[in-house]
Amino acid sequence: MRRDAAGDNARASATAGFCRDCFADVPDRVPRCIACKSPRVLRHAELAALTIAHVDCDAFYATIEKRDDPSLADKPVIIGGGKRGVVSTCCYIARTFGVRSAMPMFEARRLCPHATIVSPNMEKYVGVGRAVRRLMLELTPLVEPLSIDEAFLDLTGTERLHGTIAAKSLARFAARVETELGITVSVGLSCNKFLAKIASDLDKPRGFAILGGAEAQSFLAPRPVGLIFGVGKVSQERFARDGIRLIADLQRLPEIELMRRYGGEGQRLSRLSHGIDNRKVSPEREAKTVSGETTFETDIADFRTLERTLWRLCEKVSGRLKASRLAGTSITLKLKTADFKTRTRARSLSHPTQLAARIFDAGRDLLEREADGTRFRLLGIGVSSLEETADADMGDLLDRRAAEAEQAMDKLRARYGRDAVVRGLAFEGKMEDDVTEDE
Amino acid sequence: MKVTVERSALLKSLGHVHRVVERRNTIPILANVLIQAENAKLAFRATDLDLEVTETIPAEVGPSGATTVPAQMFYEIVRKLPEGAQIVLEASGDRAVLTIRAGRARFTLQTLPVSDFPDLAAGDMTHSFKVSAADLKRLIDKASFAISTEETRYYLNGIYLHAAGAAKAATLRAVATDGHRLAQVELPLPAGADGMPGIIIPRKTVGEVQRLIEDGEAEATIELSPGKIRFTIGDVVLTSKLIDGTFPDYGRVIPLGNNKELVVDKAEFEAAVDRVSTVSSERGRAVKLALTAGKLTLSVTNPDSGSATEELEVEYESDPLDIGFNSRYLLDIAAQIEGETAVLRLADPGSPTLIQDRESKGALYVLMPMRV
Repeated sequence: MRRDAAGDNARASATAGFCRDCFADVPDRVPRCIACKSPRVLRHAELAALTIAHVDCDAFYATIEKRDDPSLADKPVIIGGGKRGVVSTCCYIARTFGVRSAMPMFEARRLCPHATIVSPNMEKYVGVGRAVRRLMLELTPLVEPLSIDEAFLDLTGTERLHGTIAAKSLARFAARVETELGITVSVGLSCNKFLAKIASDLDKPRGFAILGGAEAQSFLAPRPVGLIFGVGKVSQERFARDGIRLIADLQRLPEIELMRRYGGEGQRLSRLSHGIDNRKVSPEREAKTVSGETTFETDIADFRTLERTLWRLCEKVSGRLKASRLAGTSITLKLKTADFKTRTRARSLSHPTQLAARIFDAGRDLLEREADGTRFRLLGIGVSSLEETADADMGDLLDRRAAEAEQAMDKLRARYGRDAVVRGLAFEGKMEDDVTEDE
Repeated sequence: MKVTVERSALLKSLGHVHRVVERRNTIPILANVLIQAENAKLAFRATDLDLEVTETIPAEVGPSGATTVPAQMFYEIVRKLPEGAQIVLEASGDRAVLTIRAGRARFTLQTLPVSDFPDLAAGDMTHSFKVSAADLKRLIDKASFAISTEETRYYLNGIYLHAAGAAKAATLRAVATDGHRLAQVELPLPAGADGMPGIIIPRKTVGEVQRLIEDGEAEATIELSPGKIRFTIGDVVLTSKLIDGTFPDYGRVIPLGNNKELVVDKAEFEAAVDRVSTVSSERGRAVKLALTAGKLTLSVTNPDSGSATEELEVEYESDPLDIGFNSRYLLDIAAQIEGETAVLRLADPGSPTLIQDRESKGALYVLMPMRV
């Protein structure tokens, strides 16, 4: 089953390693762990030298649901909202039927009609995500979260603290996540973020793959340029026109030539193609956008109904901005029409805001122009151009109480629960929430 | 149609009208300028449907007539012709082109029918009055910096012009605010402006009027109705739609009761604020004013780069007070003060501050503080 770089490398098998189940050292050329007979032996020429890791939870939401309902263990499970919407996550069994995340639900149902469909329980997932993060922080303070279920870790200089090499600390961490939290993770270990992220994908699920600096060049050479982050479909087509399809094609060209052709991006590509990535693992990764969106059970054209949904989304987005002490100046409204056309409309504010009322005012104004009787299936609102809150929501001469009123409302809710105070316009009956949020 | 006109007169007129034309236009006719020649006069008209500018200049007119041509291109052609050139414009009824000749250069521009050109029907104006161009310029210049650019509160995207006060104290008052600062400027109410409706003049119109007055005309005539305003300045007539909205009750945000009075030398204060704000990460970050008897300490702290402080001798006799302001806003207002001395009336670190020119009356500014 192992497809990781270490396994492919002939030299690696002639190297000492350790067991991922009992952590005992395993000498050269011994196929299984001597102590526990486990075949999960990790070996690599650079095993002791590599310290940058990428950790990714396996089918995160689906794994949590299977953990909590063992009867689902051997069934395909899809996490997604209601009759409509898209697949947020699906388990590995569902994937064998061709189901993928972000696929429309109706398509997933067609591919895998006997799948068990579970509505997302974000609160539970956020809790598990935090627990995983806590275990990561026991390894190193340099944890850079990429999302709820993945992060980069820099374990440089932690050998003495943990009394063992980074690889073994990570293997122990992965085992702890399994026993304490009941979910599995995949680890990619390398010498930089770019390679670590590639590695974590090589041995999924419950994997541990090592990609050493020495083998990076030859490992990358036969892979398509699309493997490099930031090289999407459009860039791939452009590169293909220039005769660049594989990373090897990039490796062949001198850095100067790539810079001449593609500017600063050329330099980045050249370095990454040789496995060079100097980005630091920085614990304070800044969110670029905070947004929320919802797909309706049935298409909606009525402005009042859309407006009410918008207000609820604004409150959620605002809550997240407040929690992370961020405020932004760009408000983006997103709509998807019944025939799947996406419309986004943006508005800039002169001052950063984190207030639901201000986000709503801008969003409502944009929505009013679009709500011309068109039926929409999805509505979303996002705040970007984020900064720290030092001068957010500076007092407004004409509306001096806006910030204070909302802060008072937040305090009441913190004490008495979300429904303690409800704005008039949101009060007309409750609707099912189907909100996915991303950073 | 055949007209002969001197280049500089033509260039100046086109300079006034062509800017009204939006560069990116989906309606072809709106990219054009309307040209009408008759009775020894050449008239131009351009519009973006919200704003219309017409200008009339004397010219040697042969057969009279009218046509429309792309404004931007026409302007560029005239601009590039040599100074002092006599320009001949010619259009015949059977071909849809305008010929432009000067010396040995010859251009033909495609035209669109005059009948397609939209008329911003002005309707009846209810009020008409005259103000000196200098007064109008002052009224607009001192208020325009505070106009909001945020579309959500669209009714703040202009200057609110209205009659205030009563009888002999009646004034023509201009107010603009973006919610963070407010400017109020006034003049004695001109004859004819009595009982005028309160109107909101859009930002773009304000900018165009500012530019037109710069040419040093003596007097401006203003005509208005609840929906439109028309400025006649020399040979130029600018007609604009107004913002259809209700300007907020700004009177309640002017803190006339503030009792802590700070008097500063305007030039000294302005320079010091500018100096300390150099260490701000971006323009417009907070500057802290720490006040004690007779002394003002300005300071800026930027956790990323450093800090700056400067002390000023000032007139201040109230209790010590610390208050923060957006440095850019403070400088914008200082720039409006014409006299040597500025008076700041403060209440507390969370309430608006009133700023005035000690010498000249008729203008006041309100600034919301920032947390520091």
